[in-house]
Amino acid sequence: MSESGRVVVTGMGVVTPNANGTAAFSRALREGVSGIRHIPLLAELKFGCQVAGVPQGIDEIAERYFAADELRAMNSSHRFGSIAAIDAWTDAGYDRPDHDDDSALDWDVGAILGTGIGGLDTTGEKLVPLVDAGRVRRLGSTIVEQVMGSGVSARIAGLLALGNQVTSNSSACSTGTEAIIEGYYRIRSGRAKRMLCGGTEGASQYIWGGFDSMRVLSRKYNDEPEKASRPMSATAGGFVPGSGAGVLHLESLESAQGRGARIHAEILGGAINCGGHRSGGSMTAPNPQGVQRCIRQAIEDAGIEPGEIDAISGHLTATGADPREVSSWEQALHCSPETLPPITSTKSMIGHGLGAAGAMESVACILMLAGGFVHSSLNCEDVHPEIEAYADSIPHTAREMPDLKTIIKAGFGFGDVNTCAIFRRWDN
Amino acid sequence: MTKEEIFTKVVEIVRPFVKSKEALDSVDENTNILQDLKVNSARLVDIILDFEDAFDIEVEDEDADAVNTIGDAVRLIGAKVS
Repeated sequence: MSESGRVVVTGMGVVTPNANGTAAFSRALREGVSGIRHIPLLAELKFGCQVAGVPQGIDEIAERYFAADELRAMNSSHRFGSIAAIDAWTDAGYDRPDHDDDSALDWDVGAILGTGIGGLDTTGEKLVPLVDAGRVRRLGSTIVEQVMGSGVSARIAGLLALGNQVTSNSSACSTGTEAIIEGYYRIRSGRAKRMLCGGTEGASQYIWGGFDSMRVLSRKYNDEPEKASRPMSATAGGFVPGSGAGVLHLESLESAQGRGARIHAEILGGAINCGGHRSGGSMTAPNPQGVQRCIRQAIEDAGIEPGEIDAISGHLTATGADPREVSSWEQALHCSPETLPPITSTKSMIGHGLGAAGAMESVACILMLAGGFVHSSLNCEDVHPEIEAYADSIPHTAREMPDLKTIIKAGFGFGDVNTCAIFRRWDN
Repeated sequence: MTKEEIFTKVVEIVRPFVKSKEALDSVDENTNILQDLKVNSARLVDIILDFEDAFDIEVEDEDADAVNTIGDAVRLIGAKVS
């Protein structure tokens, strides 16, 4: 156990389809800016869904952040994740070690940073074509580190000289939130002082193709990209694929206070479970009992009452699962439809970032705590008929909440896996 | 292509992989790619692939293994392009 068992967020970094960096992201959330765009390549390739959320201006940032030899071995998920990790690191008040500084290792700092899908852009663009053409020797040395499951955390370990546990988790669309909870557990148990935690997901037709074929992606709004991501809407027709990264710099309260760090928020508690593909759960659908149990366990872990929850950042992807999710929140929080706290979906602005979703959305939660607002959930003025009773809890424009203190974030993933984290505002 | 032209091109190809940038200021044929320039040994295969592309040659594995210095690379490439 660390001394107090308390874990705080002292740094954040984010790369998303509607903004790069926490200041711009906070503004975009408050203003309800959609980052969903038409993607001509998807139209050319005859995807049903021809819109997506892709961070803009990344090559320019990457060239400033990384050396030429590093860039050669960094696919899109590596670039997004590494930019967010470096930003979280510097936001926490640390200087980035020099590229050729061989001395700056810290054994008490690690990273848990995963992806849902991994380096499929590298696999599709380089590995498969060259191997199939009998040109294996032309692959070079940079393929393995881009397709190995732990590639992105391994890259960040080198960029920032990390000496504690460095690993990449993977639990589909639950990955980002899971990484944060795992890092929180590790610090709480005294095994690390600081952890960079979150998720990243690349932007690639190879990542999105399988989802398109499953017909779980939005396909009716290809001409109106900003309307395509419609969580909780009667006219929702699937999720919009997203990409990007979010990273939190987690730290024991003792370490943060000992060095006089600015604290963004406290992680009060978290829970992780699986619905076991039972009671309505399957590879692709959540068992509501698992979801509700996960939320309740997070509240219990936080040592608070459900009534202390001021706002909900849902998983809410814009598929048929949204109404069931909203109902699960009501049951897990022991409230009535009328008293459900404000509930919102960050995916309505940035799409579904898969393994990065929970991490980008956790950054959004902490920015909302700091800014005293709950961002709007776009494109659901026509609330889904099954959740009409909850309509007053859904903000269509940013809701100013100066007293916003505690926010709960859930993420669910294929495999029937669930995660839930609770963040509390920190008054420095 | 003259030996000097090959030398200049080889140094440009190696440059992005070099950790010790100051060693590049005094680079000559005797400069060892791994020891002096501190290139990550795994990246040697990428440097050889870049040689192949830049000079339109093919480098056998045994020849690649014998490249230790900038001069080794210049001589190997010189023999292939002539």
